[in-house]
Amino acid sequence: MIEHFKIAIIGSGPSGLSAAAQAAEAGVTHVLLEADAHPASVTRSYQKGKHVMAEPRALPLRSRMSFGAGRRENILEKWESELESFNINFRANAKVVGIKKVAGVFHIKLESGVSVSADYVILAIGLQSNIRMLNIPGADHPRVQYQLDDPDEFNGEHIAIIGGGDASLENALALMPNNNVTFITRLDGFFNCKPDNESQLRDAAQRGDITLLLDTQVDTIEWTEGSAHPLNIIARAPQGREEVACDRIIARLGAEPPRKLLESFGITFAGPEAASPPQLSPTYESSVPGLYIVGALGGYPLIKQAMNQGYDVVQRILGIDIKPVDEMLLEEKFKVCPHITSVEHGLDKIRLNSEVLSKLSPLQLRDFMLESKLMTLKPGDIAFRRNDYSNSLYFIIEGELKAYVAEGDIADFNLQSGQFFGEMGLISGRRRTATIEAVKDCILVEASKHTMQRLIHTMEPVRSLIDDAYLRRAVQIYLRLPLSKATLNGLMAEAQIHYYEAGDELFHEGDVPDGLYMIRRGSVTLSRVIGGKEVVLSYVSAGNYVGEMALVSGQPRVATVRATVKTEAILLTTKSIQEVIAQYPAIQQEMNFRYLKHVEHEIHDAATQASTDAGNLISFLVQQGIGDATDVLLIDESRCIGCDNCEKACAETHEGTSRLDRKTGPIYDQVRVPSSCRHCENPLCMTECPPDAIRREVNGEIVILDNCIGCGNCVTNCPYDVIQLASIDPNRKLASPLKWLFGLGTEPGACSSGAVDAVKLAVKCDMCNGISGGPACVRSCPTGAAIRMGPEEFLDYAVWRNNKVSD
Amino acid sequence: MRSRSFLEYRNFLYLKLSLLLMIAAIAAYILHSPAIGAYGGTWLGYVLGTLSAAIVCLLLWLGVRKRSYFGAGTMQGWLSAHVYLGLSLIVLATLHSSFQFGWNVHTLAYVLMMAVILSGFYGLYAYFRFPHLLTENLSEDSFESLLQEISKLDKLARVSALHLPDEIIALTNNAIYNTRIGGTVREQMRSQHPDCPTTLAVKKLHGLSKTLPMAQIKTHRELYTLMLRRETLVARARRDVMLRARLSGWLFVHVPLSVALLAALIAHVTAIFFYW
Repeated sequence: MIEHFKIAIIGSGPSGLSAAAQAAEAGVTHVLLEADAHPASVTRSYQKGKHVMAEPRALPLRSRMSFGAGRRENILEKWESELESFNINFRANAKVVGIKKVAGVFHIKLESGVSVSADYVILAIGLQSNIRMLNIPGADHPRVQYQLDDPDEFNGEHIAIIGGGDASLENALALMPNNNVTFITRLDGFFNCKPDNESQLRDAAQRGDITLLLDTQVDTIEWTEGSAHPLNIIARAPQGREEVACDRIIARLGAEPPRKLLESFGITFAGPEAASPPQLSPTYESSVPGLYIVGALGGYPLIKQAMNQGYDVVQRILGIDIKPVDEMLLEEKFKVCPHITSVEHGLDKIRLNSEVLSKLSPLQLRDFMLESKLMTLKPGDIAFRRNDYSNSLYFIIEGELKAYVAEGDIADFNLQSGQFFGEMGLISGRRRTATIEAVKDCILVEASKHTMQRLIHTMEPVRSLIDDAYLRRAVQIYLRLPLSKATLNGLMAEAQIHYYEAGDELFHEGDVPDGLYMIRRGSVTLSRVIGGKEVVLSYVSAGNYVGEMALVSGQPRVATVRATVKTEAILLTTKSIQEVIAQYPAIQQEMNFRYLKHVEHEIHDAATQASTDAGNLISFLVQQGIGDATDVLLIDESRCIGCDNCEKACAETHEGTSRLDRKTGPIYDQVRVPSSCRHCENPLCMTECPPDAIRREVNGEIVILDNCIGCGNCVTNCPYDVIQLASIDPNRKLASPLKWLFGLGTEPGACSSGAVDAVKLAVKCDMCNGISGGPACVRSCPTGAAIRMGPEEFLDYAVWRNNKVSD
Repeated sequence: MRSRSFLEYRNFLYLKLSLLLMIAAIAAYILHSPAIGAYGGTWLGYVLGTLSAAIVCLLLWLGVRKRSYFGAGTMQGWLSAHVYLGLSLIVLATLHSSFQFGWNVHTLAYVLMMAVILSGFYGLYAYFRFPHLLTENLSEDSFESLLQEISKLDKLARVSALHLPDEIIALTNNAIYNTRIGGTVREQMRSQHPDCPTTLAVKKLHGLSKTLPMAQIKTHRELYTLMLRRETLVARARRDVMLRARLSGWLFVHVPLSVALLAALIAHVTAIFFYW
């Protein structure tokens, strides 16, 4: 007699556990079959102490089992205790080897020979049972592994990591401190990785802590027992054959559905490729009626999504009609547009009216909408103004708007439904280049920079659509000319996007000019060798172009242009520019005008160049990463009397913690760059903020909002060490100078000792956002030593200082 | 981008205001010829006196304003006004006194006021003279980091000295334990330490090198280098103390004298009304 259950759940990962918990709650007969000795073996296999994220953040969890971002160990412990307390019928070491449907009943055969039967089967086995392995000679060596449990187990080894996804990067970073790590990937970049992992890996490579082999295909693994290292990898790198001798290889190559096994259950697949997912109905039912597939195997790899699926499937089996978990949230979003009748209607409309968003899968689009804002505008309403500091992207679902790039009443171009706008600010991180005003009633989807960056990084079609639109508009805005579509297409066909790291040259003094460079992100310096020394002549930020001098004069490059930070530039080739000039003589005039201004500027500042000091001050500031700053605090040490009033003012106006340290920071020629936030154009602090609590305000200041959880990611991500964790005492009273004068209170500006039990939160300069009169540090400096400025003022300041000194 | 010093604040707004005040006061004083001669009790005398007292209160308020961190206005503006209005008191208060001085509380108030202004003059000099010297001396270090560096050197020096003769150990310990940075007000201000144990150690170590066996020469060189570095660090730390003392020491005169002036001023005003 075989045991019979209403529901059999195969696999006890997050989705299986969630389904079983719901079945137990409903009181139906069920069994949760796990091949391993413990539940959630994949989560268990994460490296020790790993911080598990609860993405997508906006999605609520709908499961009896609990889950939130936290340490791997804590999450597993909780699940195990819930497994017990919810009375889930759990069977460990019960590996399923066959499923057959006979007369409407599933017969499930286990490896032990025992069988059970069930009315419904929920398959939640994930992908990890079928991880991709190295299919090359020598890969069967016991020191070639596909898993890393505890990085601390290895010490002093030479380890090669083969992969390219987050798992491989995280392994490499974890092993790096105690081992000699070589990272090998066949890709020529990190396209599917969290930006934080990528930047950490690249930093480590730059420091020499990790050897990085990009675009490298591993061919053979030689067994070299007896030599210093037992393994030797033979690979093809761009520069030729590469050999890596190592003690261990960890390959993290992703996973595929166990297709053969599933096909033996009668399940059909969406396509012939190995990575193709099984065919599923909207309720996650497979081609075998009564057999449901949830979790990573069904194409939903995130823990929270998978747990919600487990819950949903059980509810549907029990005949309870439920809507997707995000339905209510989306309904709320669509409420702003009365003529959108349902969520489905709204999503269809968005898909129909946005080429970019139509590239998203239904689930991706729902997630995207959860993170984005739906808004309506009436004619005359402004989406944003020129010089605003916002950086979200807007999709026009319905209506029409006009853009004013230049001052004045005449619109430069119109924007129709189906188009998007805001990509200039999104990419450059700089102020808005135009004012956008609604002409008709509009429905817009506003997506945050964070959301868009993730899409651009993970979806190639989205990236190319946005890049293309950016190029077109950049040409229109930079050259300030209404080019015809045909001309624009001609320019576009030839345009190239170039990427530079800090310090890279765009072109060199004396080079033959190859075209015009429009800086779309980052900034560059123009320099020239004077008296055997490279002297910085000027600083050009995103939204401007360089290289037109040589185009106009036909002479070789007159200056060297170098990226100050990570920079992206669009190169319009000489040939294509000359074709455009032939059609539009006005461009020639504009360039000639700029050329003459350059010449004037040069003669005017000849004295400055000769002394070279102003240039050196600029070079110094650029070395301090000021090229990425939008507003920076400088201290003129020749005026600083050390009264600490700046720090006291900062502390008094900011809960007792000063956000600047006037005593630390590099100095050049009596100018100090103190430890204080520079409000970067592309703020790294924002990149991995779990509650998305770091924002740029309209005046450009980067602020940390109240929903900070104190995780410290921004503190580690900030390259300038200007964010700190501090206990914030919400009950702190402001000190009164009069009371202090009569000995009745503390001195204003005294640092708070911090309430003992107060939570530590991330704090940094917010440019005294919300305090009238501007930044307190500058206001309270008695001698004018503390000054704030944007990058466009650096050159002026340097020249002025230099003249002052030489006077 | 131009950054101006507090003296140039708003194109010398407060200098102009003060000059105007002073010229107006001098003109009024010359034109005004009361029957009983000029003194503080004429209508002009009262006007000048009241104005001066009001300015003194405003100048004293700087201490409170400096610690009010909310609201509009800049400290630079306040300091600029403080300096120029303070200067104008020389004229206003002198004219108010009509050059009548004696051994009384009134003249005491006047003398205190002039002393405060004089100390203020020094302050002005100090604020322009010392900040860049401080930076040149410290560069990117801080006083604390110099002390840390010295204590690091000391650890190394103690280890090196262990392998050398007792005389050298004693010299090293003397340098480590008896070198003083700072000291009395006079020492801080002058930064002269003729018997500095570190300098002594450097000098003597140099002389002792000839007496050592070959095996100890290398260690001796190490120790000598450490002590030389120590000497420069100590000198920089002392210079920092001196410059800071000279930069802000005057406030210990300026502020108490101001408080004394306030007391004398209250006595002066009370006395006037009492004897009216």
